[in-house]
Amino acid sequence: MTALLEVDGIAVSFDGFRAINNLSFSIGAAELRAVIGPNGAGKTTFMDIVTGKTRPDSGDVKFGESSKSLLRMNEAQIARAGIGRKFQRPTVFEDQSVAANLTMALKASRGPFAVLFWKPTAASEARVAELAAEVGLADHTHRKAGKLSHGQKQWLEIGMLLAQEPRLLLVDEPAAGMTLAEREQTTALLVRLAQTRAVVVVEHDMDFVRRLDCKVTVLHQGSVLAEGSLDHVTRNPDVIEVYLGR
Amino acid sequence: MTRQPFILRNPSALVVLALLAAFTLAVTLMSAAYGSGVIPTSTVKVLGKTLCLALAALAMDLVWGYLGILSLGQMAFFALGGYMIGQWLMYARTEAIVAASLSGNPIPPTAQELREAVANQIFGVVGSADLPLVWSFAHSLTAQLVLVVVVPGLLALVFGWLAFRSRVNGVYLSILTQAMTLALALWLFQNDSGFRGNNGLSGLQNIPGLDGVGQARLSIWFLWASAAALALFYVLAAWVVGGKFGSVIRAIRDDETRVRFLGYPVEGFKLAVFTLAAMITAIAGALYYPQAGIINPAELMPIASIYLAVWVAIGGRGRLYGVMIGAIVVSLLSSWFTGGRAPSIHLPGYTVNWVDWWQVALGLCFVLVTLFAPKGIAGIFDRLAGILPPRRHGRDLGPDQGALQEQEAKA
Repeated sequence: MTALLEVDGIAVSFDGFRAINNLSFSIGAAELRAVIGPNGAGKTTFMDIVTGKTRPDSGDVKFGESSKSLLRMNEAQIARAGIGRKFQRPTVFEDQSVAANLTMALKASRGPFAVLFWKPTAASEARVAELAAEVGLADHTHRKAGKLSHGQKQWLEIGMLLAQEPRLLLVDEPAAGMTLAEREQTTALLVRLAQTRAVVVVEHDMDFVRRLDCKVTVLHQGSVLAEGSLDHVTRNPDVIEVYLGR
Repeated sequence: MTRQPFILRNPSALVVLALLAAFTLAVTLMSAAYGSGVIPTSTVKVLGKTLCLALAALAMDLVWGYLGILSLGQMAFFALGGYMIGQWLMYARTEAIVAASLSGNPIPPTAQELREAVANQIFGVVGSADLPLVWSFAHSLTAQLVLVVVVPGLLALVFGWLAFRSRVNGVYLSILTQAMTLALALWLFQNDSGFRGNNGLSGLQNIPGLDGVGQARLSIWFLWASAAALALFYVLAAWVVGGKFGSVIRAIRDDETRVRFLGYPVEGFKLAVFTLAAMITAIAGALYYPQAGIINPAELMPIASIYLAVWVAIGGRGRLYGVMIGAIVVSLLSSWFTGGRAPSIHLPGYTVNWVDWWQVALGLCFVLVTLFAPKGIAGIFDRLAGILPPRRHGRDLGPDQGALQEQEAKA
């Protein structure tokens, strides 16, 4: 299986602090992967680099069949190439309706003029309704996103990610602030999504990672400390020392 | 599902168009040229100019209210539009006058002599007799009309491209726009800028070729033209902000980073709106200055753009009709209070003279609106229409801002 995303020896430092240090990582086209690590291990910086928010000092990030380098692309171009990102805080456009939020995220041409002359079609409206139903917001499509509860906003954002139809999904601490029932729903959704695309879940809740039942990458001080099944990495003495032992 | 027609999705557009038509018709029927003469020509001109200011406010609302960029240089585009049309007005009229006076000569003047005489007439005041390069197209109305939109459009495009691609945001961007208009004003103040320095362009109220028409009728024609432009661009703006495009630019206003991660080229959207607004503002300026009769570089000073921002804030940014009301009400009030006709208030020991105190009162209004009624006058209409912000009382229940609140949870 060829890799969808290939991160090769990246390094980045902020004011002398090496946030990422010779990190290499790869994920297949339909794979679920959990990235764990203590605070400051470089999990968020890793996502920032893949999505174009931060430029690495060295190394390369390649994406897709043609192994296109992402380093020359800006955030919007990377998103259009098929990488979606779910933030830890739900970030939806609170002043706009649920339907408008989803419509904006629908896969379509993103240029200003294409958007200006874009008109809703029966297909696009059906897709919005379908997505809203999928994330449990079917009755709320005309409400403003700002009026939704915290959990509903999380789901709306997930719906927006689905609308984008990304090939690689980066999810930052999806379980934060969720109830047990919501966590189970989220786990099921992530596992299902990973059947057709690559999903990277950044998490430090071990319970949640165990539920995902997938390959785990442990980050420590900006590089990969161990990789393998959860049982495998939890038996690794280095991992026990830096992360689990505490 | 069928989509409702444009007018039904934008009921305010219909109301605005009807009110504009009724207003223009009423003024026409009360004008000196076409009606009873209750409204003097000078007032007709003030009303026509006010409509142009409302158009500038409409464009400002696109940039500030919808896109979230507080541009303090909008009036630079307004004045540039005025300068572009002013060049033709002044050139063509001077040419007609010079040709008439030279026609008495025993030998008729050549085209070259005529050109030199016109240049001497226009630029003698700044000690020059040559027509500057920037006046190359001044003889052609068509060319200058094209330049009315092209020059401000290009300036906005280049300025916006430089500013947006380096991701200058917020107050820094506002300062940059202010610096742009100040630099342009200072350049125009110079005698060798080619635009007659601080004399500016004058006599613009006389439209070449329409000498026999008279100001009374011309003022009504310009009133109609201004109202038509305002109506046209109101519909255009309502269409632009009504669909997915409007959705995206409001999203950029609220959370630019998130829009980038959705894959939208944020800079392209900003550039498109900024340039469109600059061109609309320029058209407003091109209609304004023939009614004002004179334009000089003082019109570009940052204070003019700040006034525009004040009108938009008081009218209610983010509502197209709100900012029009703001511009119309505040600019008319301003000219009434500063015109010396407002009665002074006699307090014991002090007399409040409105000419001196109006600016203070306006400034106070601006502060109060910003603090207590961020939606401005349009907020009143929102309240009547029942569009209310969610009432959220009590403590956050969840881990995050925006989580369900105590009172909501009980309900």
